[in-house]
Amino acid sequence: MVKVYGEIPTRFGYGDGLVELGKKDERIFVLSADLTSSTCSDRFQKSFPDRFIEMGIAEQDMLGTAAGLALSGKIPFVSTYSVFVTGRAFDQIRTTICYANLNVKIGGAHGGISVGPDGATHQALEDIALMRVLPNMKVIVPADYWETKKATMLAPYIDGPVFIRFGREKVPVITKENDHFDFGKGIILKEGKDIAIIANGLMVHQALFAVEILQKKGIFATVINLHTVKPLDKEMILDIAKLTNGIVTAEEHQIYGGLGSAVAEFLSQNYPIPIKIIGIKDRFGESGKPKELLEKFGLTADHIVRECLKVMEMKNGK
Amino acid sequence: MEYPIGLSIIELKKRAYMARKHIIKMIYLAGSGHPGGSLSAIDILVALYYNFLRHRSDEPDWNERDRFILSKGHICPALYTVLAMTGYFPVEELKTFRKIDSNLQGHPHMLKTAGIEVSSGSLGQGLSIANGIAMSLKYDKNSAYVYCMVGDGEMDEGQIWEAISTAGHYKLDNVIMIVDFNGLQIDGKVDEVKNKNPLKKRLESFNWEVIEIAGHNLKEIIDGFKKVNSVKNKPVAIIAKTIKGKGISFMENKVQWHGRAPNEEEFKKAMAELESGEEHLDAI
Ligand SMILES: Cc1ncc(C[n+]2csc(CCOP(=O)(O)OP(=O)(O)O)c2C)c(N)n1
Repeated sequence: MVKVYGEIPTRFGYGDGLVELGKKDERIFVLSADLTSSTCSDRFQKSFPDRFIEMGIAEQDMLGTAAGLALSGKIPFVSTYSVFVTGRAFDQIRTTICYANLNVKIGGAHGGISVGPDGATHQALEDIALMRVLPNMKVIVPADYWETKKATMLAPYIDGPVFIRFGREKVPVITKENDHFDFGKGIILKEGKDIAIIANGLMVHQALFAVEILQKKGIFATVINLHTVKPLDKEMILDIAKLTNGIVTAEEHQIYGGLGSAVAEFLSQNYPIPIKIIGIKDRFGESGKPKELLEKFGLTADHIVRECLKVMEMKNGK
Repeated sequence: MEYPIGLSIIELKKRAYMARKHIIKMIYLAGSGHPGGSLSAIDILVALYYNFLRHRSDEPDWNERDRFILSKGHICPALYTVLAMTGYFPVEELKTFRKIDSNLQGHPHMLKTAGIEVSSGSLGQGLSIANGIAMSLKYDKNSAYVYCMVGDGEMDEGQIWEAISTAGHYKLDNVIMIVDFNGLQIDGKVDEVKNKNPLKKRLESFNWEVIEIAGHNLKEIIDGFKKVNSVKNKPVAIIAKTIKGKGISFMENKVQWHGRAPNEEEFKKAMAELESGEEHLDAI
């Protein structure tokens, strides 16, 4: 059985992480673009009003202001929806922040299709690709509440810009407060020699379910929670590729440019083996309940199983 | 060396001639660059770096320094020149501008060049950055000022107006925006591409204090900068009416000199004009 410790939105982890940080580090500032409570930045605002800056609906200005704070020794977190921060303010992030390697931390809220009824305009499905291609940017996609909190609390002490992508909806808590969470290091959650599933975000939970189904079919799978998309844990990926000779990746993002791409780019050049990439297949999202959407867009344990079986066939030369 | 040093107007004028020669030469040697906006801004930058900005060229990170943010990064020949002349790096380095392995990139990069506060080149972003620095300075009870130069064409960018709104809303009286109002951008006259007037009224409606000066008249520039410190609870805009290409007769008010280098003949002609101007000044 997959162990689950209740359900909490990952954004709560961001909000709680900010408060903890605020207590121990006076350099922490939080900026928001009129989305303070839905990004859970209000938790910081209440505790540290003089280090909270309301920017209004002005994402580009917010990133520039954060750059200014970083230039003067502060550690700013900017909080807004991932779709707006990575899309609308891309040039500000690229040219002002990444080029000069400024210490700006980006909280990308409401990532993925699980945003639900708001529909395509609000579902960030390209954000990881956009951030991953920028030199100096680091990209973290935590799996649950605890990981989001830990990622938030680590971010200030990782040099330069960091993008943390989390979601709106309640998702299963699959880790514990004391579990290890190291920046840039994948976590092996299950060990099996037949195939490896590399996932992040809410797909980690689905991957664990997929393992149980596969087991009944006599297939033993490894599951890696690859919360850090950049820098990539190449060592772990190479080791697991050599062991299993077949990989399925799973993420709540377009199949282009995200976790799957990162893994495939690396392995195709170093240890080519069959890979299947699970994600949104080059289309926009739509309105619906999160669960309905995850089902409709193929982001469930069943889909992972199906792709694993295909990779097994490819491995066996069929 | 620590500034400001309070030069006389005649001394500032001499520096401005020298600076114009450096600008023309570095763009000529590079074979590309932006002379028009560099020449419209240079008198203001000379006055600022010698007579108003608190800074130490041998300690660029000095915490008490006033900051200067060049939002219109393409005119970095002007900024590199005043940085070199005030001692941040050797004047000889100017001739490496835009060349491979140079510290002087085609648009300013803070990780390469001493004295550059922030990398720029994508227009419209500097004032937001200035605001962030200003907020941080206020939080730290640091009394330094943040100057930010923008172009009149650059003010097409929406982000500039977001930042104008932010500075007005938060009453950032440690922010000074200098508008190099030379009336030209790339596609033509600012009035025709996208009109900015009445700029003074627009800025005032965002809770800014506005000072208008003639941007090549050193006395007016000085008087304008002197007024800045007395303004409280408002950011200050200095709208400097300038001439694009100022100082080189055939470049003045010519849109084609926005972003091209002089050829050898044009270079010689330009240098000759500046030298005769300098001699004229010496004769006074
Ligand atoms: C975001 C962005 N868009 C376009 C450009 C290309 N560009 C460089 S300079 C310029 C015109 C700037 O005009 P202005 O601000 O008036 O500067 P000045 O006349 O003083 O050179 C343009 C469009 C750019 N650098 N950045």
